[in-house]
Formats: sequence, C-alpha cells, structure tokens
Amino acid sequence: MKIGETKELICINCPMGCNLTATMTESGLKVTGNTCPRGEKYANEELTHPTRTLTTTLRVNNREGKYVPVKTNGPISKEKLFEAMKVLSEVTVSAPVKTGDVVFASLFGEADVIATGTVD
Amino acid sequence: MLKRDIVIVGGGPAGCAAAVAAFDAGTKDILVIERDESLGGILKQCIHNGFGLHRFGEELTGPEYADRYKNMVIERGIDYMVKTMVLSIEYGHDNTKIVTAMNSENGVFAIEAKAVILCMGCRERSRGQLNIPGDRPAGVYTAGTAQRFINIKGEMPGKNVVILGSGDIGLIMARRMTLEGANVKVVCELMPYSGGLNRNIVQCLNDFNIPLKLSHTIAKIHGKNRVEGVTIAKVDERLRVIPEESEYVECDTILLSCGLIPENELTKGAGISLDNVTKGAVVNQDRETEKDGVYACGNVLHVHDLVDYVSEESDIAGKAAAKYVQNGCRNADRIKTITVEKQGAVRYTVPQRIDVSENQEDVKVYFRVGAVLKDVSLVVRNGDQELMRIKKRKVAPGEMETVKIKGNMLIDSDRISISVE
Repeated sequence: MKIGETKELICINCPMGCNLTATMTESGLKVTGNTCPRGEKYANEELTHPTRTLTTTLRVNNREGKYVPVKTNGPISKEKLFEAMKVLSEVTVSAPVKTGDVVFASLFGEADVIATGTVD
Repeated sequence: MLKRDIVIVGGGPAGCAAAVAAFDAGTKDILVIERDESLGGILKQCIHNGFGLHRFGEELTGPEYADRYKNMVIERGIDYMVKTMVLSIEYGHDNTKIVTAMNSENGVFAIEAKAVILCMGCRERSRGQLNIPGDRPAGVYTAGTAQRFINIKGEMPGKNVVILGSGDIGLIMARRMTLEGANVKVVCELMPYSGGLNRNIVQCLNDFNIPLKLSHTIAKIHGKNRVEGVTIAKVDERLRVIPEESEYVECDTILLSCGLIPENELTKGAGISLDNVTKGAVVNQDRETEKDGVYACGNVLHVHDLVDYVSEESDIAGKAAAKYVQNGCRNADRIKTITVEKQGAVRYTVPQRIDVSENQEDVKVYFRVGAVLKDVSLVVRNGDQELMRIKKRKVAPGEMETVKIKGNMLIDSDRISISVE
C-alpha cells in the first residue's frame, strides 16, 4: 500500500466481525475500528500475507463409507487453499483415529493437518 | 415404570450442556434421550471452525465442540440413550411428567420424570415452506442436507450451484462446495442485508469471488428431471419479484439457507404455548415454560447465532431444573411475574416473562431486532421510568443482543420494556 492509501476490511477472527479501516502512514499501517488487538494483527496480515484455517474431511480407508473431519492446526496461505485441497484429496487415514491426531504432517511447511473427530 | 429426576429430550449441544449443568448443580439422576446414533447433534456435520471462542476461549470445529460436551457427559457417568425417539410428554400425579419414547430394543416405553428439559433443536425451512414456483426436479436441497452429504457421506450433491438465502449455513456451504470443486455461481438474499455473520461473508464468499445479490430471490426453478437452471429476480421494498429485472442462471443444484424453525411438535403436544415470533416456548428467566418443571433451551427455544450461547442458555435451564427437583418439585416463592414488553425494532425477547422472587438475581434478557440500525440506544424501562440505556454502533437481525437487568431493579418494577431507539 502507498502512504495515505486506505482500505476497508472486516475482521474474521471472531463472530463480532469488526469493520476495520487500515490507513498506510509513514510510521506503518494504522488500524481503527477494531475492538481488540487481534483486529490490528489481522489487518496487517490480510494486507501482506493473508492466511486461513482449512477444514475438510479425509476418507478412512479401513472403514467403508466413513470420513473423518480434519483441520490445519494453524492458518495456511490463503492462495494455497485449493492446492491444499488437491494434496489432501489423495490422503486417506486408517482407523482408529482420534481428535487431535496428526493425519498429515507439515502441509507446505505451514501447518499440520489434525483430526477433529474420532473414528474407532 | 422407569423413574428419573430429569429427562432431557435431545442430545445435541443444548441437551449435553443442560445435563452437565444439572449434574454439577447436584441432581445426578438424569437421562438424556437422543434419536441419532450418538450424542453431539448437528455440530457433528459442521466441520468448519469458529465454535467455542466464548465458551472455551479457543476456536474449535463443530465436531471438536461436540466432543468436549459429549466427554463431559460421559466423564460424569450421566445416563443417555441413543437411537431413541421421544413420542410424547404428558403429566402424571404429584407434578410428575410422563415421557413416552421408543427404540428398537425396548419398543414403546414410559419414563416418569420430576423435570423435563426440551432440547430438540431446530430444522431448516424447506422448499415447500418457501413456496418457490416452477418445476419440481431433483437437485433442490437445504444447505444442511448438502452439508450432511458432503461432510458425513463424502458425496457431492452437484456441480453448478445457486444458493438461496445468506444464512451462515448457506455461506459455509458456498465455501465448502467451492473447495470441493463445485462452481457456486451466486448467493441470492431476499432481504437487503445478509442473515449471516460478516466474517462468513468475507471468508466464504469474498475469498472465492462468489457474488452475493441482496434483494434477490429465485423466482422460478427450471428442469425436467434434474435442476437445469433458475430465474433469479430482484425484489422491491415489499419483497415482491420485479419481473423486468430477472435473469436466467444455469445450474444443476439449488441450496436453500432460508432460516431455521424450532422443532416444537413435542412441546405443543405437551400443551405448552409458543411465542409467535420465536416459534419456541414462552419461558421465564430460568427457561421454564408455562408448565412447572418443564424447561426449554437451545435452538428449540429460539434460534441462536452461536453454539456458545446455546451452551450458556442450557446451563441456566439445567441448573434451574436441578434446583426444582431438589426443592421437592416446587419453585421458589415468587412475589410477582413481569411480562417483558418489546418495543420499536425489538422483534422478540427471551425470556418473555420474569418471575421475581425476594432475593431476585440479575436477569440477562436476549433479544433480536427486525432491521439493520446504526447509532442506536438499547433502552430498558419500568413503565415510563428509564432504567438503563446502552449505546450501540450497530444492531442487526443476524446478531442477538443482550441487556442485563439488575435484581433490585426487577423487585422495584411492575412493567419492563425493552426498546431500540
């Protein structure tokens, strides 16, 4: 962003969804409209390197018709969401699997994929 | 006959939280009855994150949130039955309630309960209830049905999708289907504002360049066997279709995310009157219905924005039910009952009435407004006398508001009204 440039954002950290105004100044990005510090962090990241947590399901290869819900245990680059879905479409897991188990380590070196449900 | 202190109808987030709260308040003889194969309710198919920020201080997915409560139920050794359907609730001698249920193991059986907590949740508004004109082909799903297909069964309901309604489930499904390779063409919203959370518009629609058309609806569904397309049209301020401003959009699938309706057949059968707006029971601050010892909480009472609020409400109902049982199936002596009046943009309040006792505790009143309004004040009055005024930057129909009324204010009040000005 150029100095003096302003962008309107909506914070996605929590259900409040604060309307943020981010203005580039000589001393860096100035964020207003946030009700907590996470809003400022979000605006900075969103304008430089936006990230998202990905949730999906993986097939359980030894339980017919069963799927286990999974998530990245931290945010990954927003632009890599589709690539991540492609990688994970090839991944299956073996039961038993329980909430918190790492089912795919180091997705693009950004986060691990962990189970969010249990299949006995 | 089977006898229990408390029977809880429904083992979703409300039922589990109510069971845990009642147990922790000292009434431990509880039975939770759930019709699905396991506890957890609809959260099991809500694989996205965003749950639990208020309750657990961290962001969880639906299955994780459900697991935490399920584990709390199991850790306490609270009894529950799954694959069991409650058929009716009637009243027996000495203030008891007779819950009739059935399952494949026991057939039809009855349970005598001292207190009952209704936690049946809600269901989605269907095409039939929306009266969408046109053909009746396959390919029209509620968003929750599509969610179950994809997340539980691992099957995609279609490829080219139009979504009607911008409730949170519709937005979440727009993202989910896009990530799974579908082409979500447009989300139409009848109202001039979205019914979903801002964050979901950003991360489910804007992130994937899915257009949101406000003041638009599906005017007609086309297709012989399978959906082939829809006519979407703009609506005027009275929500009537403007035929001149319509267009044809090709698609094979339609998802409906047009609101949720509390599932209250059992409640009605139990002779409990419902609120016309919430479509849930009329309750007091303990979430007690007009029948002594029958409570309701969660989405069966009114549709909540967040499961965290469902858990909070279920705590109240669970604790109150435990107390009622410990008190010999009697409520504490009440000085008076105050009806909470809604004024201006306030569409409904929960509770609708407050039973005031001598040592009245503070009461949190939840309410929803009927329009998006900016720079307003939430005002609580006793008759003409102003008790509280809270300034708000913005209120919206999609976001539940609360005011906490002090116990001593209630003791001194005769008529409580809540308004947005």
